[in-house]
Amino acid sequence: MRARRLRSGLKGWGGVGAMAVACALAVVLALLLPTVRSHGEPGGPGGARGGGSGSGSGSGGHGTAHGSQARAAEECTDPEKQTLAPSDSDGPAIDAIRDREGEKRKLVVGVDQNSFRWGYRDPNSRGAAELEGFDIDLVHRIAEDVLGDGNAVQFKAIPTDQRIPAIQDGRVDMVVRTMTINCDRLKDVAFSAPYFRTGQQVLAPKSSDVTGYDGTLAGKRICTAAGSTALSTLERDRKDGRLAADADLGTTVPNQLDCLVRLQLGEVDAVVTDGALAASQAAQDPTVELKGDSFTTEYYGVAMKKDADDLVRRVNRILADWRADPTDGWQHSYEAWLSETMDDAAKSEPPAPQYLRES
Amino acid sequence: MTQSPKGGGSATPPGAAVPTLSAVPAVPPQSGPAERQHAGPGAPSAATPPSPAPAQPRRTAFAEGVDRLRAAAVTEPGRLRIIGALLAALVVAFGTVTAWQMYERSLAADDVLTRSQPLTSEAAGIYSSLADANTAASSGFLAGGQETEASRERYEKGVRDAAEGLVTAAANSDADSPSAATITELNRLLPEYKGLVERARTYNRQGFPVGGAYLRYANEKMQQDMLPAAEDLYQTENKRLGADYADAKPYPWAALALGVLALAGLGWAQYRTYRRTNRVLNHGLVAATAAATVVLLWLVVGHSVARSGLSDSYDHGVRSLNVLHDARIAALKARGNENLTLVARGAETTKSGGETVDAYDFEFGKNMDALGEGLKQAAEYADDDKGGQPVAAARGNMEEWRKRHASARAQDESGNYQQALDLVIGGKGATGECFDGVEDSLAAALDHEEREFEQAAGDGLDAMGHLPQGAGVLSGLGAAGALLGIGRRLSEYR
Repeated sequence: MRARRLRSGLKGWGGVGAMAVACALAVVLALLLPTVRSHGEPGGPGGARGGGSGSGSGSGGHGTAHGSQARAAEECTDPEKQTLAPSDSDGPAIDAIRDREGEKRKLVVGVDQNSFRWGYRDPNSRGAAELEGFDIDLVHRIAEDVLGDGNAVQFKAIPTDQRIPAIQDGRVDMVVRTMTINCDRLKDVAFSAPYFRTGQQVLAPKSSDVTGYDGTLAGKRICTAAGSTALSTLERDRKDGRLAADADLGTTVPNQLDCLVRLQLGEVDAVVTDGALAASQAAQDPTVELKGDSFTTEYYGVAMKKDADDLVRRVNRILADWRADPTDGWQHSYEAWLSETMDDAAKSEPPAPQYLRES
Repeated sequence: MTQSPKGGGSATPPGAAVPTLSAVPAVPPQSGPAERQHAGPGAPSAATPPSPAPAQPRRTAFAEGVDRLRAAAVTEPGRLRIIGALLAALVVAFGTVTAWQMYERSLAADDVLTRSQPLTSEAAGIYSSLADANTAASSGFLAGGQETEASRERYEKGVRDAAEGLVTAAANSDADSPSAATITELNRLLPEYKGLVERARTYNRQGFPVGGAYLRYANEKMQQDMLPAAEDLYQTENKRLGADYADAKPYPWAALALGVLALAGLGWAQYRTYRRTNRVLNHGLVAATAAATVVLLWLVVGHSVARSGLSDSYDHGVRSLNVLHDARIAALKARGNENLTLVARGAETTKSGGETVDAYDFEFGKNMDALGEGLKQAAEYADDDKGGQPVAAARGNMEEWRKRHASARAQDESGNYQQALDLVIGGKGATGECFDGVEDSLAAALDHEEREFEQAAGDGLDAMGHLPQGAGVLSGLGAAGALLGIGRRLSEYR
């Protein structure tokens, strides 16, 4: 009787409660961590940077959290650390992928085909319709590890706002698509450890009087991708007064690259997107440039189904290997795809991962 | 304050004066003199308002006329004059109404043949050209940055044909009609669309994916603004075609009734003459009767033939043309969606029966069903081998298309994108072949039905050809005959 009541009680508050507990644990662990240093992995070059954000505010202690989303978001700190420790062991999620038969024995991955040097199809690769880019390299590596064949992948192109539904509906096994790890999304999907660091940045024509994420955006029409962190950040900032109230956020598009089209056609005055993607847009048009520094810090992660614990652990292990691999790993892919359009790799490499999620 | 009463005071006298001045003289000229002139002997009673006698009803000019006629009808010459006038008026009325009604019908039939049907085809052609250009552009994108010669040609031809079609349509539409507004809209969108595609090409050549984004934007413009506008134009023209048919086909009842009345009147007049004078033939009246008979027969036969010609042109032409146009549009939409399924690569999904499916593939299925339905109908309407053959060929191609599409989808679903691509836009064995087959067959079928239509509608129009003029001339002669005939009888009284 009691157990059932408890369970039904949990149903209502389950998500929020679990989040609160997880956050509380996270804070405790974060405080303990510097001494325990899990698994002793090297974490790749330059990985020892702590990030300075680990010292939680201590607000995670409320076991009986109230249901307001704001409260839950407040209690979720350092979302990029809310992932499971790496492991090699198989489980139901990996088995399900391996059990696919014949032609279908492939890893189904949601990617982008419009992000220059991240996931795109080179229009001049005569005849071949292969996708390529930084994200695609990672996908091949995961497929190689899970299925023993780097090409055993079915790519599905997914618009920005369809990433989470695609995972939840089981249309894809995972999404590797410049996807920022954040607290809101953690409620719906599970993330791997971060594999890239970036931040929101403003892109505008060189001739524009916009100087960055500041007062010069007042009265400007700003383009963002629907369902992107850029859009949610701008909306929040406009409410809080960080962004001018008359900035027009009306133009949202399925894909960040569509923003470049709108910008070139003069339908918007500026684009806000992740710095990594903004750089890839600027690389396609010499008359636009990044304005000012990035005004947030965000990490890209691989998103998977919330209950695919074994797959998350496996991907985290693969990511650790990838970053450590000196010849064909993270650094190599960065050189191949991104070094041309972005500066220093050290700015983009995330800190050594922390695995604060227990289950 | 001090001025207003003054102003009011000075304004009142003229204001008050106007009614008194105008009221008094205004009434008498209207009623008094008019009555006095016409009423003759009855006038005094009407002119003195406080008449104690039971007021006689006011006499009108018409009543006076009737009285005079009554007076005239007492004598035979008077009667004859009345009869002659009535007969001539009847025959002339018959001729005029016939000419007028048939002129209207032949105008409408001429519109069917030379305006609304060609414009309907033109509008359908604009739609096809636009859809074809868009499909070619997206195929070009699928094939890689440098589109093939064939797909470029096809794209350019589509744009060119659409532009030409728009000029023709504009020349034939009234300036303030909804069609003209739609044409203006399309004329504005076409260069915009072309600009986007050109940009896409340029970026593709440089290897930048923003080219694909431009193509998506162009496609969006086409799907959401241009094709609906073109479809609108087609529907409007098609409605106008229906209206023209409706104007051309109804029986000219008024003319027929007047014809029968005129003949009856002429017959009665001749019978009356025979009864009174024992003379059988009155040349004038016989000639009038002959003329009226010819006009009536011409009217009945001509209109029936025209009507059947028009019905034929509808049954064997327009009805087939409509389903064929619809089938062609469905085929074009299906091909566009098939390509977009691969371009989007699963980016767009929709819910169907609780399941999430690819939006473009879902639409493709619906388009193919519409195509199948259209071809089935077209096969039913096709009345000869020449019309039936291309439809049958199109159906065969459609079946094959469905099969190949299924295997392409299977490849794509298994992650073999390249194979799927080859099965859709590759050369031999690709669905593109089937689509081309359907297109060619439908074009042949449309061509055939167009000719059938022109033949039948042209026959119909010819049948009404000189009827209005003929009716006018003959009825004039008939009226003259009737007057002469009666005049001859009248002269016997001098």
